[in-house]
Amino acid sequence: MEKQEFTITLYTENSIGMIGRISNIFSRRKINIESLNTSPSEVEGIHRFTIVTAETEEVIRKLCRQLEKLVDVLKAYYNTNDELIWQEQALYKVPADVVAEKVYVERLLRQYGANAVVIRNDYIVFETAGHREEIDRLTEELTPYGLIEFVRGARIAIIKASAGFHSKLKKFEQREPSPEIVENEFLSEQDKVFTM
Amino acid sequence: MSTMELTEKEPIQTITPGTEISGSQAVLEALIHEGVHTVFGYPGGAIMPIYDALYDYNDKIKHILVRHEQGGIHAAQGFARTSGKVGVAFATSGPGATNLVTGLADAMIDSNPIVCITGQVFASLLGTDAFQETDVINITSPITKWNYQVTDANEIPAVLAKAFYIARTGRPGPVLIDITKNAQIQLFNYKGYEACTHVRSYRPAPIVRNEYIEQAAEIINAAKKPFVLFGQGVILGKAEQEFKAFIEKGGFPSATTVMGLSALETDHHLHVGMLGMHGNYAPNVMTNECDVLIAVGMRFDDRVTGRLDKYAKQAKVIHLDIDPAEIDKNVKTTVPVWGDCKETLPLLTRAIQANDHAAWLQQFRELEKEEIKEVIQDELNPTGDMMTMGEVVRVLNELSGGNAIVVTDVGQHQMVACRYAKFNQSKSNVTSGGLGTMGFGLPAAIGAWYGDPERDVVAIIGDGGFQMTLQELGTIMQFGAKVKILILNNQFLGMVRQWQQLFNDKRYSFVNITSPDFVALAKSYYIDGQKISERKDLETALKTMLEHDGAYLLEVMVGKENNVFPMVAQGTSVSEIRLK
Repeated sequence: MEKQEFTITLYTENSIGMIGRISNIFSRRKINIESLNTSPSEVEGIHRFTIVTAETEEVIRKLCRQLEKLVDVLKAYYNTNDELIWQEQALYKVPADVVAEKVYVERLLRQYGANAVVIRNDYIVFETAGHREEIDRLTEELTPYGLIEFVRGARIAIIKASAGFHSKLKKFEQREPSPEIVENEFLSEQDKVFTM
Repeated sequence: MSTMELTEKEPIQTITPGTEISGSQAVLEALIHEGVHTVFGYPGGAIMPIYDALYDYNDKIKHILVRHEQGGIHAAQGFARTSGKVGVAFATSGPGATNLVTGLADAMIDSNPIVCITGQVFASLLGTDAFQETDVINITSPITKWNYQVTDANEIPAVLAKAFYIARTGRPGPVLIDITKNAQIQLFNYKGYEACTHVRSYRPAPIVRNEYIEQAAEIINAAKKPFVLFGQGVILGKAEQEFKAFIEKGGFPSATTVMGLSALETDHHLHVGMLGMHGNYAPNVMTNECDVLIAVGMRFDDRVTGRLDKYAKQAKVIHLDIDPAEIDKNVKTTVPVWGDCKETLPLLTRAIQANDHAAWLQQFRELEKEEIKEVIQDELNPTGDMMTMGEVVRVLNELSGGNAIVVTDVGQHQMVACRYAKFNQSKSNVTSGGLGTMGFGLPAAIGAWYGDPERDVVAIIGDGGFQMTLQELGTIMQFGAKVKILILNNQFLGMVRQWQQLFNDKRYSFVNITSPDFVALAKSYYIDGQKISERKDLETALKTMLEHDGAYLLEVMVGKENNVFPMVAQGTSVSEIRLK
């Protein structure tokens, strides 16, 4: 199996130290996390981690089982890029005179759909969102024009096939064991997007 | 504060809800509600309020003062292994907590239900490098099933209830609760103790799926050469009877892992021995001959599988496990039978046809004869001058009748004891399997005795491992655990020496270890003992040890350069197991 980019989506309790516990699962196996985002989820009180890493599917599947084994993790999903809608955000700080003087730079920013966030005499801050490659390309193009500062946010992703976590959480909250909790719902369809 | 004074003076059953109590009292109340009567621990600054409260619980909770926190947690492990209950250890912050680390890692990998309670500096001092402050939560998070820091006494009852629930359910494991000193002192309105029965983000066992039971039964019924491997899951699941019914109906030859020892009595006609690097010849060879491999509550450790790409490739694999993460982790499964084996085994037993694989079983017995001829005969009944470890275990078996709890340390003696010790009942083998912790034996034996004080506890320990935790003789001296310590002294770190002999051209690099006068040492702790070097004294000495009312230390001098065979050398297949 070839290594490829996977996005892992975790639904967790909002408890202290979750990032450490989660990153332990990766670092113990010497697997690098390329991007990590933590945010609230569609369900109040439940946190959502979005983690990007490049590995073989077999490794990712085992990793997700270990992640789900953490007491505070409710569910782990993994997806390939085509199963997701995903975005990364970036901020660029560019000298104001460059934008004013070089028509090409202005055109570039328009072309990439960048929005001005702050306009000052000395610099302008632009924001853009998109796939990693687009952001990387813009960064590359801006670099010769004296890009002062650049930062890219972690990936956030929506699973195309997911119906959200509300109904799942209800099952988790029922006192176990409950026959409605299907632990291994996707096991027999291992090529599908979910784990276990 | 009148209620406080009252409750502190009177021996109390349990504290009435609505009373104002301290966090420390809440900790001890929780232990009582969880049925904990024995705690192994060591006090210190940050856990002093709990120890102060313990002073009033003397009649309800027996506290065993160990000599080192590592001894405390190993004792809790031994206790858990022989009692089937949760073992509890106390330690203070900083060095007290870090001394638990080896035991936590050991308990994690061997799935021991343990709850450790550590003191921590005042919450206001967290992160200031306060005296004896260590970030114990982060240090222990990869080696605990769950851990949590309490900074407010109000949390204590619910957190401890959760701790015990998580430690003992599903695949058991160690839980550590770190309690800051302010929370131990803090008075709060006690609302009573409610046992935990559900945590929404935690599922102890997957739901059993009938289609997998059916698929597994179909494969088993079609099998010509089925082979069962069983591990500690059978013991942890309290499913010994269910397991026996299963293999007896199917007539399956069954082999144990080190951790599964004693789940099935050694003399059972379907028991074909132990798996693994120093396991028996037949089960290792037959792993690559069988057509269906049925693994029950075991995790295909590398010491069991040897070279993975040559492991049971011809066989269909049915894996029964409570932990979904174990399925396909090392060995690809044909049918995963998820769930608690106490539940799945009877379902499977019902679904399979009664069978008698006598001819297939006979093949195991033929290979066994070869092993007896090449290895076992000489090990158990040697003709040379020096005693062997195997013959010591043989005589022990004869005297104990297989009724003793055998605790081992780690090394050659461990493999010999696991290979040859006879077990008549479950929860009789206590050893550090996954982590291989030298120094485990003596403290674990102390805990094992408290876990089941009616039985003989024999701690078989090497001269190396004994010197790692020998300070626990002090614990035995003070509290009277009737542990029989059997030191098998070969004057070497034997297992490493064996590897150096076989794989490093006999370059014996730092394996030559000298020992103190162990008997004199024991005597300095007022523990009786003797040392023997001759075969003619062996039986009498072992008998004296077993009959002695109290702890006893027997040191037996054995051959210096004896090796443990058979052996699956690292990087080779189980079928390439060597007999010499």
